[in-house]
Amino acid sequence: MRITLTVNGTEYSRIIEPRLLLIHLIRDELRLTGSHWGCDTSNCGACVLWLDETPVKSCTVLAAMADGRRVMTVEGLAAGTRLDPVQEGFARCHGLQCGFCTPGMMLTARWLLDHHPDPSEADIREALSGQVCRCTGYENIVRAVRWAADYEAAQDQADHS
Amino acid sequence: MNHDHFRQQAYGPAARKEDARFLRGKGTFVDDIALPGMLHGAMLRSPLAHARILSVDTAAAAAHPMVEAVITGDMLAERGLAWMPTLSADVQAVLATDKVRFQGQEVAFVVARDRYSARDALELISVDYEPLPVVMDAGLALDPAAPVIRDDLGNGRGNAIFDWSAGDKAATDAVFASADVVVSQELLYPRSHPAPLETCGAIADLDEITGRLTIWCTSQAPHAHRTMYAMMTGLPEHKIRVVSPDIGGGFGNKVPIYPGYLCAIVGSMMTGKPVKWVEDRSENLMSTSFARDYHMRGEIASTADGQILAVRAKVIADHGAFNGAAQPAKFPAGFFHIFTGSYDLKAAYCEVTGVYTNKAPGGVAYSCSFRVTEAVYLIERMVDRLAAELGSDPAELRMKNLLRPEQFPYTCPTGLEYDSGDYPRALRTALDLAGYDALRAEQAAGRQRGEYMGIGLSFFTEGVGAGPKHQMDILGLGLADGADLRIHPTGKAVLAVSCQTQGQGHETTFAQIVAAELGLSPDDVEVVHGDTDRTPFGLGTYGSRSTAVSGAAAAVVARKVRDRARLVAAAMLEVAADDLEWSGGAWRVKGDPEQARGIAEIAMAAHSGLDLGTGVEGHLDAITVYNPPNLTFPFGAYICVTDVDAGTGQVSVRRFIAVDDCGVRINPMIVAGQVHRGLADGIGIALMQNITFDAEGNCLGGSLMDYLLPTSVEVPSPELGATVTPSPHHPIGAKGIGESATVGSPAAVVNSVIDALAPFGVKHADMPLTPAAVWCAIQAVANTTKGVKAPDV
Amino acid sequence: MQVPAYVEYEKATSLTHALSLLAKFGPEARVLAGGHSLIPMMKLRLAQPETLIDINGLTELSYLDSTGTELRIGAMTRHAELLGSRLAGQHFPILHDAERVIADPVVRLWGTVGGSLCQADPSEDLSAAFAALEATMVIAGIEGKRTVPAREFHIGPYETVVGPGEILTEIKIALMPGGGSAYEKVGRRAGDWPVAAAGAAVWLEGNLIRTAGIGLTAVGAPQFAAREAEESLIGAPATQEAFARAGRLAAEHCRPVFDQRGPVEYKRHLASELTVRALRRAVERARG
Repeated sequence: MRITLTVNGTEYSRIIEPRLLLIHLIRDELRLTGSHWGCDTSNCGACVLWLDETPVKSCTVLAAMADGRRVMTVEGLAAGTRLDPVQEGFARCHGLQCGFCTPGMMLTARWLLDHHPDPSEADIREALSGQVCRCTGYENIVRAVRWAADYEAAQDQADHS
Repeated sequence: MNHDHFRQQAYGPAARKEDARFLRGKGTFVDDIALPGMLHGAMLRSPLAHARILSVDTAAAAAHPMVEAVITGDMLAERGLAWMPTLSADVQAVLATDKVRFQGQEVAFVVARDRYSARDALELISVDYEPLPVVMDAGLALDPAAPVIRDDLGNGRGNAIFDWSAGDKAATDAVFASADVVVSQELLYPRSHPAPLETCGAIADLDEITGRLTIWCTSQAPHAHRTMYAMMTGLPEHKIRVVSPDIGGGFGNKVPIYPGYLCAIVGSMMTGKPVKWVEDRSENLMSTSFARDYHMRGEIASTADGQILAVRAKVIADHGAFNGAAQPAKFPAGFFHIFTGSYDLKAAYCEVTGVYTNKAPGGVAYSCSFRVTEAVYLIERMVDRLAAELGSDPAELRMKNLLRPEQFPYTCPTGLEYDSGDYPRALRTALDLAGYDALRAEQAAGRQRGEYMGIGLSFFTEGVGAGPKHQMDILGLGLADGADLRIHPTGKAVLAVSCQTQGQGHETTFAQIVAAELGLSPDDVEVVHGDTDRTPFGLGTYGSRSTAVSGAAAAVVARKVRDRARLVAAAMLEVAADDLEWSGGAWRVKGDPEQARGIAEIAMAAHSGLDLGTGVEGHLDAITVYNPPNLTFPFGAYICVTDVDAGTGQVSVRRFIAVDDCGVRINPMIVAGQVHRGLADGIGIALMQNITFDAEGNCLGGSLMDYLLPTSVEVPSPELGATVTPSPHHPIGAKGIGESATVGSPAAVVNSVIDALAPFGVKHADMPLTPAAVWCAIQAVANTTKGVKAPDV
Repeated sequence: MQVPAYVEYEKATSLTHALSLLAKFGPEARVLAGGHSLIPMMKLRLAQPETLIDINGLTELSYLDSTGTELRIGAMTRHAELLGSRLAGQHFPILHDAERVIADPVVRLWGTVGGSLCQADPSEDLSAAFAALEATMVIAGIEGKRTVPAREFHIGPYETVVGPGEILTEIKIALMPGGGSAYEKVGRRAGDWPVAAAGAAVWLEGNLIRTAGIGLTAVGAPQFAAREAEESLIGAPATQEAFARAGRLAAEHCRPVFDQRGPVEYKRHLASELTVRALRRAVERARG
């Protein structure tokens, strides 16, 4: 079947088998390998990307289901050379080690901050609780997201003053 | 000292160089690599834990239009590749020819044009099995009536692998015989799995024209793997290149060579095309290197007033169907003999018996220096058991018995020489951070209200950085590491090291090490690793050996460069080399420090036409091999505070205080990150991670739905402290830190939960302390006092 | 990575279209909602449908509203939408309690209420919550719609009364004043399926319990309900003793099985303990 979707602002049209998983379309066909996979049971969250306006575990979505929709991956997070504050927070707070869970973590964090600009530590931990990190013990991921929240709040304030 | 001052400028919490690519999704992990014409492999695995293979019919799979090759054990046997050596000098079936010996064992390998077709073709292979009785209980493996799993060995030893002991049995028995108090306890360190987020995989590409084999692989030890591939395949080693690209976590899981890697190589040999094989999560959990599975009996002897005298341990070690344990050859139980812990003992003795069972082979050191974790758990649980028996406070009992600073270097009763330590200081720091006395008061008040809060301590000593070549080797390869440092004419440096980062931040830390020695900025030092064609030989990253061994090599090779630079600087300044001293990041004329040359200027001069004097080669490049004189011995004091819901058995970890002493800290930010990770590991291992099997040998932990890893909500925000006791023999005084918290924290969690349950009379419960396990532990005591049999957990 | 076997795919554009596609492709077709139960089963090849009928485009099944007498939840409502619904939380806090512990936040964004119910896992949380609330399921077929009480929805593990040509379209819950509800779950970790869980819904008259619904999951309770426990509460004062008695009855009449999550005795204990806790909190909420 033919599907057409927009990934990080670029439209792609591909002929696929209906069983093709979205993560494989993104990684193997479109060669955007920043999104990873780590389990098969939607437990680890390494494959999280955005489908339209929300994060999704893309190992549990058929590429066919993304027909006509928009996808955002980690490769689309930065605005040109300017990192998203979430990316900046991860760098400043040592929020990543091996880097494998990082794209999924950042995409969920971005969604959280879009909907909840001032999350508590508990809110952040809850939001990321479906995504496994084996390296950081989560502490610095939580700090990274909080850093991004503070940064964005300061930016907002600057914009309004 | 000037030099130390300068070093402090290079050391410190610098942001990581490696982050830039990962943050943008530009890392290169094995499964990210796509080569032209690349084929995809899929593995057919045994559904049974023990069965004879009667036939394997691959005709239908081979006829699949997208399939290029189907490989069976018999085909590998024709090439002499049906069996491969393990890291413990056992052999392991690559693809089974005679029997399958664990559920998930490799039986056949399909190579197809895409990964979906490869998977589909597995359905078309039919294997006829004759089921055999299984051995799942390590304790029963040595029963003379037990089925023999490894009949291929024909050694008449049944399911026994090894018997190993350390310490003085007679002396220990004598101390026990005259001790006032003896406490004994059965302790299970359950089977666990490192479960890095990226599973294992490889791409093999044999160039038929050049005869070169390139393997991109999830390897923590690319050089050791290259040598092993040469030995296995018969390909000459100089025609083999192993590349470990970015690795999504290792934790010991990626130390061994797995059958899938070899099948990818054979697939490439057969098809003439690159073949990729990446396991799925179930394959990772069910067939690759588990860890632990130590069935222990501990005994501790003390005086009536709490002077600990001796410990004794007897262990049955379940190694699964093939002995794939990753550890130095002369240490079949790794460094388990560090089970004397951090205490001043008169005597100690341990016996470890390794056995085969119908479980996945291993085991590896999961974030651990070869069984140090099991040893720490044993001694730290036994000290708590003793404290309970004596009615002592576990902190006081530890403080009373810790080794004193003046006792270092200290040779423990089983023969390890601890290099340095100030244990009481670390424990005091942790108690202060925790507010220990206030916590105890809060606990007492809570118990009045029926609230069960636990305070658990653990004091650990590790032996890491394997290790001295005369004592330690793996398959004949000594555990020394090379380092190669090139200084370009403009003063920029490239350090090539043999160890491989899986997230530990080597690209940053090692740059800092070199920068500190040479007066450069860490930004001017590029670290190359993970490619055997571009790096010197060394044994890899595991057992907290990177900083301890390769980090030492980096410092030593930088000092070699500095020594070469001195000769060039002497020529530049027209003074004798002896008239120069290294100070403030430059060679300076003694007595005239303004007359100085830094490495960047010296590098250009070293490449120039300047007359350097007779016998001086020019250039500044250097190479070294670092053979560590001893292990380094990091230590630490951990305190875990838990709240237990006695009505449901649920445990929540409220606080985790960790004071680590890993000697000199090069990048404290990275050190803290390593500790954060290990504390989460400890919570996971103590509370939920467990690979179990049913009576037929079916693995019950084969997915992340069943093998539970801790999430952000189970792990509290850690409270870290530090003391610094440099290693006296390490060039920069550093010790390993990568695994300290995984080693030290599980005992603190368990001690905390048992402490919480003290009012119920609970003395011990085995990990993982799931809600069911906690509830059953309470019931077991209640029912025992009522004379009722406890329910089976 | 595990991958599904070959399958055909059809995208439905309306309920009528979906039903006609189901009729056309027959019993080997499966409805694809959020996919977070079905796709993992397909990857493990435990489910191998011939055709998937994707109903994600059916916005007509995605709603949460009140008719004044009933709360109506469209089957395609995502878990996160139910959790985020003030209306649902105001009338039935049990639904928020349960949703907060179903899977994880990202899965909840895509997984649907109807999909979870139709997967009919014996450890599913909403099945117990809807059993406690005595909800009604609306099922559409080519012939029209029929309603089935929540407590008659399940035939057995992974089996419901929804026929091959049918689609679950809505869950309805009667609105009655004076009620309170709560859900208590024990898992081994965040996002884990329950070891056991209990939901309670009570309606008070003064200090007396006028009516009570108790749902249990993961412990082998018939139709996810604890009928004997409920009956013991009707007309009883809302006291700790009454809750304890209900808990005992709930434990007595369920049939948990041993697995990795725990032994039978433990799960039976949880059936009692969590019933008591849920009742206590439900009554507190009923009293405001």
